[in-house]
Amino acid sequence: MSILAVAEQRKSPEGQPVWNRMSWETLAAAQQLAREMNLPASAAVAGHGIQQLGGELASRQFEKAYIVEHPLLESYTPDAYAAALRQLVERVKPALVLFPHSYQVRDFLPKLATSLGRVAVSDVVAHRVEGGKLTLVRQLFQGKVNADVSFTSAGPNFASLQAGAYRAGQLQPGTAALETFTPELDPGSIRTKPLELFRESQRAVDLGAAELIVSVGRGIKEAENIELVRKLAEALGAELAASRPICDAGWLPMERQVGSSGQTVAPKMYLAVGISGAIQHLVGMKGARTVVAINKDPNAPIFEIADYGIVGDLFQVVPELTEAVRKAK
Amino acid sequence: MKIVVAVKQVPARDSQLRIAPAGQWIEEADLSYEINEPDAYALEEGLQLKEKHGGEVVVLCAGPARAAQTVREALAKGADRAIHIEEENLGAFDPLATARLLAAALQPEAPDLILTGLQSDDFGYGQTGVIMAELLGLPHATIIMQVEKQNGHIRVKRELEEGWFQNVEMPLPALLTIQSGISRLRYATLMGIKKAKTKELKRLTAAELGVAPDSPKIALERIYLPERAKRTQLFDGSPKEAAAQLVEKLKFEARVI
Repeated sequence: MSILAVAEQRKSPEGQPVWNRMSWETLAAAQQLAREMNLPASAAVAGHGIQQLGGELASRQFEKAYIVEHPLLESYTPDAYAAALRQLVERVKPALVLFPHSYQVRDFLPKLATSLGRVAVSDVVAHRVEGGKLTLVRQLFQGKVNADVSFTSAGPNFASLQAGAYRAGQLQPGTAALETFTPELDPGSIRTKPLELFRESQRAVDLGAAELIVSVGRGIKEAENIELVRKLAEALGAELAASRPICDAGWLPMERQVGSSGQTVAPKMYLAVGISGAIQHLVGMKGARTVVAINKDPNAPIFEIADYGIVGDLFQVVPELTEAVRKAK
Repeated sequence: MKIVVAVKQVPARDSQLRIAPAGQWIEEADLSYEINEPDAYALEEGLQLKEKHGGEVVVLCAGPARAAQTVREALAKGADRAIHIEEENLGAFDPLATARLLAAALQPEAPDLILTGLQSDDFGYGQTGVIMAELLGLPHATIIMQVEKQNGHIRVKRELEEGWFQNVEMPLPALLTIQSGISRLRYATLMGIKKAKTKELKRLTAAELGVAPDSPKIALERIYLPERAKRTQLFDGSPKEAAAQLVEKLKFEARVI
């Protein structure tokens, strides 16, 4: 019985294996849960030519650090990664396996869990241990509601952790016994062929450097209404940004999108207009010093991180705010 | 190409949710419902692939009787026929049981391609599609932003973090989970709505498919509204008064004006 944290690496554009930074949060969470549940914790990383990364795991406070090494793990495929990690889980027999809730994990974890007759609890934001029983907290309805979820059977159980839910800084140094695990993988069983990694276009707008950002979400309803928010941004001298649905609809260019699939920003002020605050958006802007939200729903998740807020109809509030800003300058 | 698109009906995005007294689920009484947004994009992609390559689009939906509305809308947009697994208590199904239900209905269809949204707006597990692929023994790819059919296989564009993408090739049959924004959604035309009434809508039950939600692997114990991490200063009054108070704070407290 133990807790196993599976860290994630990927190839940098230069071809070197590098950590997905979310891995450190997962490793720290594994140490924390292990303490609270009185279990040993181990860590693993899968890939090819990743000895150095394995060495980094071995210098943290874990019982064991596993390098899951195979040439067929060089490029990520769900078939190879699920098979390799299933074999590791069958060997190590952990009670609980933790992952970062990354795009890669979302791709293979449900497959891995299903192959072992389990269901992973995805996108966990917190946990409680009471009388040895683990309860995980996750969000429903785009972050509007929280849910307590528990496993109903003995391990191995699986969970993935939301970015920012655990603190990487809590990770304890130490020493772990380093072990290389070589899974049996058959090239014929890998059905998908990964091709090149690429970025769409050069970004003309660097929102990351903006001091003030006014951002618009689906509460704006129509493309024509964006003018209203643009005027507010102009009055403030702020960059105009948007949540994903606005860029998906083509109302603003993709390069103005803030969130997990867009840009990450950390302005002095982030003013969110008609943005409910789904986690995919929040991860892109929660580094802002001051967050202001204008939304008609008092329970919108954006208010959980807002310093200032107005609950009301943006079509009435925004013109008044633009006017007040102009006067104040 | 025979394409099955799995869709789900969820509470409308702008719903103000209230927790039901037992704390097990939300108050459903006065909610309005709509198609899960990523599923709407999966349907759109299915329809576009059919327009390019010919074939058939079958809509598959598991949900209570009210979900028939979402199924009819999909038919009106251009799907050829539909399968509705009518199940009032889908909340008792964990993602594995739900995927079993969908897979049981899918199997006899033997589609070339299965599409579904990358996650649902209600539970948001983001797992049902991938579990279905595993149960059906099919290759899959998730968070897809483009699908291109080539000779006997497909090439898809996977979205990764921070603006990165990756192309992936795979043989058919396969399963893809589609990301919102892959293309522009169409509206149903009057003609489409009229035609939908004559299209085949097959109703099945979980019992008929031989799938029961027995022994769920994970249990939803309780739901509740999240606590606020920050104390938000809220400004009341008329829009003009609230705006004036906010500007005051932005100027003298946050010092950003």
